[in-house]
Amino acid sequence: MTGANGHIIEVKDLVKKFGSFVANDRLTFHVEKGEIFGFLGANGAGKTTAMRILCGLSYPSSGDIMVAGHDVYNEREKIKRKIGYMSQKFSLYDDLSVSENIRLYAGIYGLGRKQIASREDQLLERLGLTNIRKRLIREIPLGWKQKLAFSVAIFHKPAIVFLDEPTGGVDPITRRQFWEMIHDATLEGITVFVTTHYMDEAEYCDRVSIMVEGRIEALDTPAGLKQSYESKNMNEVFLKLART
Amino acid sequence: MNRFFGFVKKEFQHIFRDKRTLLILFGLPIVMIVLFGYVVTTEISDVEVGIWDRSMDQTSIQATQKIFSSGYFVPAGYLEREEEIGELFHSGNAKVVVVFEAGFEKNLKRDNRASIRLITDASDANSAQLAQTYLQGVLMSYFQSINQDVRLPWTVNVESRMYYNEELKGVYMFVPGLMALILMLISALMTSVTITREKEFGTMELLLASPLKPREIILGKVTPYVFLSFVNALTIILLGFLVFKVPVVGSIWLLLLVCMLYITLALSLGVLISTSAKTQQVAMFMSLLGLMLPTILLSGFIFPIDNMPRILQWLTHIMPPRWFIVIVKNIMLKGTGLAHIWKESLILLGMTLFFILAAVKRFNIRLK
Amino acid sequence: MSLILDHIDKSFESVKALNQVSFEVKEGELFGLIGPDGAGKSTLFRIMASLLVPDSGRCSMLAYDVNKDYREVRKIIGYMPGRFSLYMDLSVEENLAFYARVFGTTINENYDLIKDVYEQIAPYKKRLAGKLSGGMKQKLALSCALIHRPRILILDEPTTGVDAVSRREFWEMLKQIQGEGITTVVSTPYMDEAELCDRVALLQKGELLAVSDPSALGDEGEKLLYSLRSAKGVYAYLEQLRQLEECRHAWLFGDELHVTLRSEADAPGVNKVLESWQDESLRWQSIVPGIEDRFMGLLAQEPERLSDQGEEL
Repeated sequence: MTGANGHIIEVKDLVKKFGSFVANDRLTFHVEKGEIFGFLGANGAGKTTAMRILCGLSYPSSGDIMVAGHDVYNEREKIKRKIGYMSQKFSLYDDLSVSENIRLYAGIYGLGRKQIASREDQLLERLGLTNIRKRLIREIPLGWKQKLAFSVAIFHKPAIVFLDEPTGGVDPITRRQFWEMIHDATLEGITVFVTTHYMDEAEYCDRVSIMVEGRIEALDTPAGLKQSYESKNMNEVFLKLART
Repeated sequence: MNRFFGFVKKEFQHIFRDKRTLLILFGLPIVMIVLFGYVVTTEISDVEVGIWDRSMDQTSIQATQKIFSSGYFVPAGYLEREEEIGELFHSGNAKVVVVFEAGFEKNLKRDNRASIRLITDASDANSAQLAQTYLQGVLMSYFQSINQDVRLPWTVNVESRMYYNEELKGVYMFVPGLMALILMLISALMTSVTITREKEFGTMELLLASPLKPREIILGKVTPYVFLSFVNALTIILLGFLVFKVPVVGSIWLLLLVCMLYITLALSLGVLISTSAKTQQVAMFMSLLGLMLPTILLSGFIFPIDNMPRILQWLTHIMPPRWFIVIVKNIMLKGTGLAHIWKESLILLGMTLFFILAAVKRFNIRLK
Repeated sequence: MSLILDHIDKSFESVKALNQVSFEVKEGELFGLIGPDGAGKSTLFRIMASLLVPDSGRCSMLAYDVNKDYREVRKIIGYMPGRFSLYMDLSVEENLAFYARVFGTTINENYDLIKDVYEQIAPYKKRLAGKLSGGMKQKLALSCALIHRPRILILDEPTTGVDAVSRREFWEMLKQIQGEGITTVVSTPYMDEAELCDRVALLQKGELLAVSDPSALGDEGEKLLYSLRSAKGVYAYLEQLRQLEECRHAWLFGDELHVTLRSEADAPGVNKVLESWQDESLRWQSIVPGIEDRFMGLLAQEPERLSDQGEEL
């Protein structure tokens, strides 16, 4: 599943062009198995484009990309089976219930009926949602939705889970609870690839990359970045880098 | 496989939880079958027939009686002069006029032949054809039956003439109907969509929070479409005339005036629809289903109203296109003036005012 | 007082969006409304903008009752709704010209007011609004809200979904606008932006938790908040701290943990425990609560917060 050196994602000279516009300009980086990797950047810097390529949702223009041991050009279907995805904009079906959503996605990712049943009960228990398993998603509060969406994304124990601004608009306590869930996921060996606009969340990551105008301008641990850029916190680092 | 079935299951769940989709899936076919079943008929009933009996002899009188006892026809008056034929058709009080030549019985007894003329209002070609056929059938069977008592068979010559549409051109019927359909659809559809689009995109929120008054918003939205629809109306009339030779026998100005009235009606309907629809999709849906279907089925466009069952005929009274088509046919094909169409025009005017008032009232000056 | 909200109630079907919300905004203030999604911020703003009518309570703006005098109110407010509400198929310039006309003015009349904002997007003035980036859309929307020199500016989450740099720039512009004497009411889910306001109101699930100067929220008297740092990473200590009797709450806070003790007397006991962990790089110190700490403190006081979610229903 990993590359020769324990890397679960390996990217070399990734380029993505839309016509003459270069969205991703020779990105090179890797993600270690089991780490929380923060993928930051200003709007329009090319984050979403790169993430979609890693998820197998679009083709790169050129470059070598390996995700969970598979090549992005030829083995996209295999990649999709080994990853989970969650974004702020969409995660669950509003007109299906909590339980129905869990079962649907579990089925899509190939879990068998017995497996699903037992894991579902565990999950509902853990999130405290057992009493409302039949409630439709559109009727439950945002914070619970997000936590449920995350759990569904890792229900099939993928190698990597991609999170696209998962905590937007949620209250500060729920946000932190969410990140505690992320930590717990890494304890189970799941690698987390996350983008966020909350700079304090960048501190929770093992390593952070910051994209500016299609290129990776910095990549290091939060502590390393703060030192290199003589900043008190990640917010300052970001402002120094991303302000043109 | 499991994954595939899981997905299918989800699709069923979406469908059954969406009331609107269910309505289309099951409601629509039922409505269409029932409507079409009743509306599409090759039967005729209660066709108004005027009689100009220039002979008034026993045979012609008996023939007349036979016509009206057949069950298909009702008397629409006894004429005494040729001019009355046009008058009868203009006022729409008769569909066919039966003319017995002078000295009908005498000719039969003396020459074994006589003629009857059937003059039909063919502004509605389909029903004209039908009425003629039935009428001929009744007459023929009558004369056959009395032929048995006579030594030499009588030959009754039935000539038919179609008024307003000599060659029974279908297109003569279609142009008025198409006008009703196209103007209604374009105007109402476009207006309903444009207002609803602002609601859907959220731009309406900013408009409402500004000094713009509701009537400014509505009028502002509607004005471009008044011009556009007018151009459409002109185009249809022109094309009809140039390509299909559909005449405008009456006053073109009257025609255009009535078109403007109808356009205004359709636009107000569009605004009214937009006050209920939250998304463009719903607006389009309501316009297409709520307007297009009735206009096609229940306005007399394709299927003659006279042949529909009572209850549907009654329903057509509240369909604006029905009145519009009558007016347009009258002006274009029969050349009538305001004198004969004032009733229908007044009805259209009344409907227009009603829709405008309702639309303005329902337009929300706030959200939700 | 520029704006007064007096016991506002608003429900949608069975959900109570706002519950007896009352506060006042002074003339020329930069007033922040802080709270997460679902708090009721947008509902409140729509009531202020005369787009919704409260079930009970009154909202007045200057001398006007927002409900009855909505026509007057709509002339003096500049409103920026929560989602981008300008015309995607019109250009930057066309949008601005439209709104100027709607408000009975021209772009030039108040250009000095919007100059600083508009000049940042002026190079793109012929571009369709739908093709702008998030940050530029916000700037355009702000320009359109200011074009008629409103008395009160109402901005519903103008910085949501926008990156940190654009957010910073936006708030700098707000400060300048405040300099022009325009009362500004802004909502945001970002706590750090709250610090930039003159006063803030904290909103959660339709309830007003507090209204005050950002630095004066919560209990000043008690020194119960501590921060824990460690070169070894703090996550591992989170569970351990939560197990302690003396610890009321413990949360992740960037690269620290923020810990609230139950009482000042507990401090020495905790110190002992920390020493037993034998981590040379451990830093434990008392800190002044920031706005997020205060908000979370207030949130934690809400009964359903602490217990398991399922029980709320």
